[in-house]
Amino acid sequence: MFSALLAMGAIAITLGAVLGFAAIRFRVEGNPLVDKIDAVLPQTQCGQCGYPGCKPYATAIAEGAADINLCPPGGEEGIHKLADLLGTEFKPFGGSTLPKPKSVALIDESTCIGCTLCIQACPVDAIVGAAKQMHTVIASECTGCELCVPPCPVDCISMVPIAETTGNWKWKYPVYAMTPSP
Amino acid sequence: MTTDYLLLLLSAVFVNNIVMVKILGLCPFMGVSKKLEAAVGMGAATTFVLTLASGSSYLINRYLLGPDLAYLTTLSFIVVIAGIVQFTEMVIQKTSPELYQTLGIYLPLITTNCAVLGVPLLNVQEKHNFMQSLVFGAGSALGFTLVMVLFAGLRERMEGADVPGIFKGSAIAMVTAGLMSLSFMGFSGLIK
Repeated sequence: MFSALLAMGAIAITLGAVLGFAAIRFRVEGNPLVDKIDAVLPQTQCGQCGYPGCKPYATAIAEGAADINLCPPGGEEGIHKLADLLGTEFKPFGGSTLPKPKSVALIDESTCIGCTLCIQACPVDAIVGAAKQMHTVIASECTGCELCVPPCPVDCISMVPIAETTGNWKWKYPVYAMTPSP
Repeated sequence: MTTDYLLLLLSAVFVNNIVMVKILGLCPFMGVSKKLEAAVGMGAATTFVLTLASGSSYLINRYLLGPDLAYLTTLSFIVVIAGIVQFTEMVIQKTSPELYQTLGIYLPLITTNCAVLGVPLLNVQEKHNFMQSLVFGAGSALGFTLVMVLFAGLRERMEGADVPGIFKGSAIAMVTAGLMSLSFMGFSGLIK
């Protein structure tokens, strides 16, 4: 009886020591997976996924709370990268987030009253202008996140799709639906 | 001497395959075999755990427990395996967060994988010495990995196959597992 207690005690103490050492040796600061997912996301901080920015969305993916197909700026390419990183299947865009044609914001300069509300909303500082002066969008900086559209009091911002030219055309991903024939 | 170990290894991998012939460890076999990468990771983690567990459980059974405390065998093996799995989990979380994410709940569940408890108990039953225990443990784990990888490959192919509606998903996987088990019976004449 006593020797049994002694034997189990010895096992418990040894295992406890090994695990305690391992907990210190292999300590993980934060969640390294979040940083890896965050690096794949496009960093537009647009919030179209339903999360306040790219980092919160990355955290939600890492926790399994969010799907990988919610990021329109990342496009299908972004979903492919996320699926590769996480070892899951590719999923087409679903629900309310559909891939829109890549577009930039355009300010109708004759209507703009210079309220600066869109400047405050822009996550990438792509709008220039000052109070009571006309604003304009730097097209090359604009990520097409549409965050400037709702704050405008005179609705002078419209999203203009970028025309496909020989300069920006890319090969499309081949998509084959794998549904068994009935 | 070397041939004995080689035969023991071969018999553990093919003839007495832990999953297909002894029907142990079916939970991860069905659960983590949907993706090839996950199956390989699970196989590697189980190999690590199983080899360590067979070695340390032999030492415990031989030097700590002995014949007087033989009734503690199962209890102490479970404690040791739980400890080793915890250790493995920490190592994987540090070295490969993607694999940690992919394996998910199945990683701590290696603790309750009956293959991992079964192999040390079989070692005791067969009166293996230390080296034999290690070889048998590693062989069983390799057999487990082999079957996991084969089965994951089959299941990935079956995703695109034209399966009758009522057999879709787990049902056809079970049928496939049964057929694989039958085919592993063919190895039984390999070692006389």
